[in-house]
Amino acid sequence: MMLRIKRVPTVVSNYQKEEGEEGSRRGGGCGRNCLRNCCLQGARLPLYTFKKVDRIATDVLEHGKSEPPVSFLNSLLLGEWEERMQRGLFRYDVTTCETKVIPGSHGFIAQLNEGRHLKKRPTEFRIDKVLQPFDENKFNFTKVGQEEMLFQFGESEDGEGQFFTDATIDPENSPSVVAINVSPIEYGHVLLIPRVLDCLPQRIDRDSFLLALHMAAEAGDPYFRLGYNSLGAFATINHLHFQAYYLTLPFPIERASTKQIATLDNGVKISELMNYPVRGLVFEGGNALQDLSNTVSDACICLQENNIPYNVLIADCGNRIFVLPQCYAEKQALGEVSSELLDTQVNPAVWEISGHMVLKRKKDYEDASEENAWRLLAEVSLSEERFQEVNALIFEAIYYSGNGSGADSENVVEDANAKHKSTEKVNAINETSHSAMVTGSQGCIVLQ
Amino acid sequence: MALLLHSVLITSTTGARPPLFADACSSFPLLLLGKSHWTDRDLRWLGLSLVPLIEVDFLSLCLDSKILTKIPHGIGANWQSKVDTEEDFQVSTISMESQLGLIERSFSTRYSPWVREVLEELPHNFTISDPTISGHPIVFASPGFLKLSGFPRDQVIGNNGRIFQGPKTNRKTVMEIREAIREERAVQVTLWNYRKDGTPFWMLFQLSPVFSKEDGRVIHFIGVQVPILRKKRLTDDGDAAAWNEIVCGSCRREVCSDSLVDLGRVLALDTDTNCRGLEAEEPCEASDQEKQGAATAINNILSVLTHYSDSTGRLVCGKRFSSPAAGLINSSLNISLGRIKQSFVLIDPHLPNMPIVYASDAFLKLTGYDRHEVLGCNWRFLSGVGTDSSVLNQIQESIQVEQACTVCFLNYRKDKSTFWNLLHMSPVRNATGKIAYFVGVQMEEKCKSQGRHGLSPEIWQLSAVGAVKVAVRSLSMGASCSTSSDRFNTL
Repeated sequence: MMLRIKRVPTVVSNYQKEEGEEGSRRGGGCGRNCLRNCCLQGARLPLYTFKKVDRIATDVLEHGKSEPPVSFLNSLLLGEWEERMQRGLFRYDVTTCETKVIPGSHGFIAQLNEGRHLKKRPTEFRIDKVLQPFDENKFNFTKVGQEEMLFQFGESEDGEGQFFTDATIDPENSPSVVAINVSPIEYGHVLLIPRVLDCLPQRIDRDSFLLALHMAAEAGDPYFRLGYNSLGAFATINHLHFQAYYLTLPFPIERASTKQIATLDNGVKISELMNYPVRGLVFEGGNALQDLSNTVSDACICLQENNIPYNVLIADCGNRIFVLPQCYAEKQALGEVSSELLDTQVNPAVWEISGHMVLKRKKDYEDASEENAWRLLAEVSLSEERFQEVNALIFEAIYYSGNGSGADSENVVEDANAKHKSTEKVNAINETSHSAMVTGSQGCIVLQ
Repeated sequence: MALLLHSVLITSTTGARPPLFADACSSFPLLLLGKSHWTDRDLRWLGLSLVPLIEVDFLSLCLDSKILTKIPHGIGANWQSKVDTEEDFQVSTISMESQLGLIERSFSTRYSPWVREVLEELPHNFTISDPTISGHPIVFASPGFLKLSGFPRDQVIGNNGRIFQGPKTNRKTVMEIREAIREERAVQVTLWNYRKDGTPFWMLFQLSPVFSKEDGRVIHFIGVQVPILRKKRLTDDGDAAAWNEIVCGSCRREVCSDSLVDLGRVLALDTDTNCRGLEAEEPCEASDQEKQGAATAINNILSVLTHYSDSTGRLVCGKRFSSPAAGLINSSLNISLGRIKQSFVLIDPHLPNMPIVYASDAFLKLTGYDRHEVLGCNWRFLSGVGTDSSVLNQIQESIQVEQACTVCFLNYRKDKSTFWNLLHMSPVRNATGKIAYFVGVQMEEKCKSQGRHGLSPEIWQLSAVGAVKVAVRSLSMGASCSTSSDRFNTL
């Protein structure tokens, strides 16, 4: 059975039109200064290249003495964003939207934003398939005007980070770009679109995730987080993209306590979220940045391939990554969500799940309470049982990393008990004594 | 021909400062520039490690084999001399608001001079930091703390507390401390800390704000460090008892001098046992006794500070008695704004005089004023006889209609020199969605052609606007909502 829900898609670009309007505009050069062959020739966009790092610089290593200054990437992003603001490219000024921290111990953040969601006919979204092929006919980021692009972002070729203020957009290099979100949730809300010209569908792969992680590290600001929504978890556009913005407050999800459940051989520590309405995993550490990135990517790929919608939050300059499988859309399609919650029209994507709620109706904003927020997010979460099943899948995938699809006997681990232990482990997380996967500095399983 | 220098002794005539030695290699022309051009880079190039800057009235150079005792200073002074030549140099006074000067003033404007002596005699390990100074540096470190951390005083004073953290320090705990500072409240956490030699240890860390009684602003943060001991490894009960006595006992002065010796011995005994075999991942809980010890230490330090603030008439206290007065920036916003390196000011358009309520270090450097000379002034104060008044009207109008504007007009520095100021003004809203401030970002016209790090000057200016907007909006979103803060307001 194909599951669908109806919702009003968020407009992230001024060029994003309703489905019906798409066809009529084509024909000849589009004159919109987009990124496709019609306009790409000779196009220029500043290029920021970063030096590939092995470890995320913790404050001590880089800025031992004092509060680190605003990093260059931040200056570039903020400056360009403010410039677009003054040019009137955004649908509204987000700083005029009232916002507050909801009283309580978790610190949920609510914003009254009546302008974000269009008063338009809701569109149907298929939500039962996390992996869907890219569709040229639908809106995608190559159709965005170049004025909405802020800069290109990529790894430097000669190992030193540089900024080229007047670079061309070179299709041969498969550039990744940072663009504005014209319906921002907060100041500085941007989209990171890896290899924009390759038209990748919304699905995580190792390279793209590493790029996103590098962006978090380069910004060097714990209040600049990146987020990802899979299809079925309220991604609006099926063209690979991450989102990011600034909020100089802790997210409730970052404040939640965690319980460590495993340490991998590559140094990545995995914990479970505790005392938080949505169940999820937290990834941190890793001997090198690449290890953390690959482990998380593999977990996400596993979820994708098992058709489990999920969201990802990259926090703390890339030092902590939250992976949250969810089922709200499915519940909504099956009519299992109360109308009270549906009326708020909150689509629980990564920001909402992290504790930052954008509300459309004044009444909802004024009545916003910790209980309401908790209740909404609890609906999003997988049940404990289902979550443990999903965990088992994830652990299997990341132990046999390199194989997206689970256990192949050839590359399997030496310890024959490993797989058995891993499934057992996730069912017995309270045991702290003997298992090699639990806390402690011992590496546990050999990772391929 | 350059001067041969063997070693250089730079002293201050303001008295209280210890002399600093520096080795300058030979054939260095010694460039001594005015404060506004005296950067870290210059010092490194000179081969001197005089960082942070010293506050002096005039510099006195004693050279090993030299007759000269004074060198010229002032902007751009370039001094080269042959050996054996005595020359007459111009001497003038400089007032340098260097970081060390600010650190010195952090205490001297608040407390009577004996406060340092008394604080130094306390047995506790603690630091005091000042969030109103850019970088939120430590301004005082107790002898106990220096011994515990293994750092010499001059590597602690002026630096931020994060220098004691390291790769295995729990990120979430770091976040909790950062949030407590931002929310101006107390916090108590266990933290994996690193000594100078790199050895790590578990520590109970308690942070507590010190408020000004009159206007409710945060003046200082006290940080108390209690190393967490594995009690079962203490073989000698006597030592354990002595330790408890020192940590939990009062700071009666007659106890202090003996206690410090004992403290040193016990610390030496226990630091080994403490870190041997411990891992950062093992969760470490402090005992009730250790927690009580930290709380007691905070109380003791706070009573010293309160007592010695009495005589200056600028009382401090452990609890906020009044809301921060209108027109003042709270310390968390101050810390955030301090990270923005452009020259800018914040103006409060709601107050009658539309005063400047914040000025960045770069602004002070550009205009030559000290911070206290600028805060509270009307935003027009940089204009003078040559300034086009129609531009001033234009700015005023923009403020009134709540619009951004960019103008270029003649400004006057403190020393009466002029510069063309390319000013960009923009309204800044807080979490209510209403305008809280106007931000004015200055750029010298002649600097326009040089972008910063490749950013165009326009984008460089706008990025300051963006950073200010983020800070003001986010930091006004809500008071502390954590219930744990109440437990630690001990006074």
